[in-house]
Amino acid sequence: MALRIAVCVKQVPDPDAPASTFKVDEAAKRVVAPPGTPPVVNGFDLHATEAALRIKDAHGGAAEISVVSIGPAFTMDVIKKPLSMGSDMLVLVEDPVLAELQAFATVRVLAAALKKAGAFDLILCGRQASDWDNAHVPLGLAEALQVPCVTLARRVEVVAAGARVRVERSLSDGYQVVEASLPAVVSVSNELGEPRYPTLRGIMAATRKQPIKMALAELGITPADLAPALRLERLYVPERQRAVELIKGEDEADSGRKLAVRLREAKLI
Amino acid sequence: MAGILVVGEVSGEALNPVTGELLSAASKLGDAPISVALMGDSLAGASEAALDHGVAKVLAIEHAALKNAGAGGYDAAVIALTALVKQEAPDVVLFARTDLGYNVAPRVAFRLQVPVAQDCVDLKTDGGNLVVTRPVFGGNAMADYVFGEKRPAIAIIRPKVFQARPPAGARTGETVRPGIDIASDQIRATLVETVKEARHGVRLETAEVVVSGGRGLGGAEPFKLLEELAGLLNGAVGASRAACDAGWVDHSKQIGLTGKSIGPKVYIAVGISGASQHMAGCSGARAIVAINKDPAANIFKEARFGVVGDWQKVVPAFLAAVRELGRA
Ligand SMILES: Cc1cc2nc3c(=O)[nH]c(=O)nc-3n(C[C@H](O)[C@H](O)[C@H](O)COP(=O)(O)OP(=O)(O)OC[C@H]3O[C@@H](n4cnc5c(N)ncnc54)[C@H](O)[C@@H]3O)c2cc1C
Ligand SMILES: Nc1ncnc2c1ncn2[C@@H]1O[C@H](COP(=O)(O)O)[C@@H](O)[C@H]1O
Repeated sequence: MALRIAVCVKQVPDPDAPASTFKVDEAAKRVVAPPGTPPVVNGFDLHATEAALRIKDAHGGAAEISVVSIGPAFTMDVIKKPLSMGSDMLVLVEDPVLAELQAFATVRVLAAALKKAGAFDLILCGRQASDWDNAHVPLGLAEALQVPCVTLARRVEVVAAGARVRVERSLSDGYQVVEASLPAVVSVSNELGEPRYPTLRGIMAATRKQPIKMALAELGITPADLAPALRLERLYVPERQRAVELIKGEDEADSGRKLAVRLREAKLI
Repeated sequence: MAGILVVGEVSGEALNPVTGELLSAASKLGDAPISVALMGDSLAGASEAALDHGVAKVLAIEHAALKNAGAGGYDAAVIALTALVKQEAPDVVLFARTDLGYNVAPRVAFRLQVPVAQDCVDLKTDGGNLVVTRPVFGGNAMADYVFGEKRPAIAIIRPKVFQARPPAGARTGETVRPGIDIASDQIRATLVETVKEARHGVRLETAEVVVSGGRGLGGAEPFKLLEELAGLLNGAVGASRAACDAGWVDHSKQIGLTGKSIGPKVYIAVGISGASQHMAGCSGARAIVAINKDPAANIFKEARFGVVGDWQKVVPAFLAAVRELGRA
């Protein structure tokens, strides 16, 4: 029987947009999307997609990968990227009320969408979303589904004839090998290695694929499920312009020499 | 505040210094009594060390399944702390954003259905409620969050932000061993093995001088030059994520939001643009020194000293001068 893998992905503002374009609307307590820079699929979620594709490759293609995303409004070319990398299906829950959801609410909706989409053997997430940098959803999802959770994966393998997952998880000074029975939630980190580029064929196939859309009502979600757990009181850009002392010599090498002298003077080296 | 529960950490049999940082953070919340929870398979030494901090109570949960706090899947720690928090009913629970806090705190919050805030760099109380400040959007913005009525409020504190509180000297509390059941059939994930990297030279986390390289170095080879420089300065080598992802250096060298947080005396960044996610890991440095060929690079906004130039010219001359100064 083919493995069923879900990959949870989030559409986020591009974190590589130039720092000068980053703006906050303090009154609305929102980040203003930089004009002209399209959103992206959260980077770590592409690593999660890559992990799913590697498992599929390792099983001779005997796996079906469903990409699941919830959000207020999707840019179709963007959210289809995991499809063009080789995933099989796209499940979307799109509703304006899903803007700036906190973890409890995201988990509530995501868990309902996953349950409706099918019985998954393995649910892969990114380690954290690059907008609010929470790293809560994979852990919360595992609690909601009452399944094991292994975080910060740099390698994910399905072993024991599809019954268990074996994960190498990154530590600050090495790694751990952890095993759990399936179904399980695994969060994936960039140590996994670069996500593959979409092929032309993949892009063509993704263009033809229609996303499966689920409405909040069919998922049994009420407004109370979406209420924030924490009140965002203030959102602001920190002040950090410092006066830098630029060391300038006769040429670049001389600047290097003078830098050493200056740092010694300042008793820093 | 009725009480603050600090989730302490144990390394081997000793109290991990991050516990002192959490105690400093806790003392910002007024005079509420502070308890320290410890988890492990052998806690006598760490409990004593925690009592030396003058805390009201040490709650030592000793269990074979809590060896290294149940590292790997952390199920045992989640079970133990969920039960402990129910028993103790604190107003606030503080974790450190370590592997333990990162994995356990959100799950405890989800089990208890109480709010949790990740990666907090400041905290206070306002009208009896916890208020935390945390960097969001990779550190491009800061957010202040107010916890509501639900108790406890769970906050995960970024390490190296609070100065570890030294032991108070006066001991007032005692160690309590709460009876907590950890049913083996509730453990979902199992640790197969832990592989630690062989370490040589100065530890990156505690180095006084860190020489870091980024994408601008263009390959693995130039990192040898940085190693040489770090050796001369009795420091350690770090890197940006771009350099790690390219495979030029091991990921254990990554500095930043999703890498290591360090606070050296000097941080020398070579060929690093200074993205907010990178700076999140080194903003604790006393002085940042930037070597970058682009005068508009963001790193110059946070550096105290800088050279605009090509590292291939600047760094060898810098290194030679450092060597000269060393002889003088
Ligand atoms: C959620 C998230 C988490 C992240 N976490 C981290 C993290 O923990 N750590 C981290 O580092 N990054 C992290 N990043 C990535 C971060 O956003 C940047 O992409 C990364 O830090 C860029 O690395 P860099 O400065 O080496 O490369 P670049 O931004 O490409 O900069 C290279 C610099 O080198 C300079 N240069 C080029 N040639 C030369 C030369 N010959 N001499 C001198 N200078 C030269 C250029 O002017 C440029 O400024 C994260 C990103 C996201 C989205
Ligand atoms: N709106 C969402 N839709 C689908 N997956 C999500 C969503 N939000 C978060 N996730 C998943 O959870 C991971 C961690 O997100 P977070 O807890 O918000 O940092 C992300 O990398 C995604 O894999």
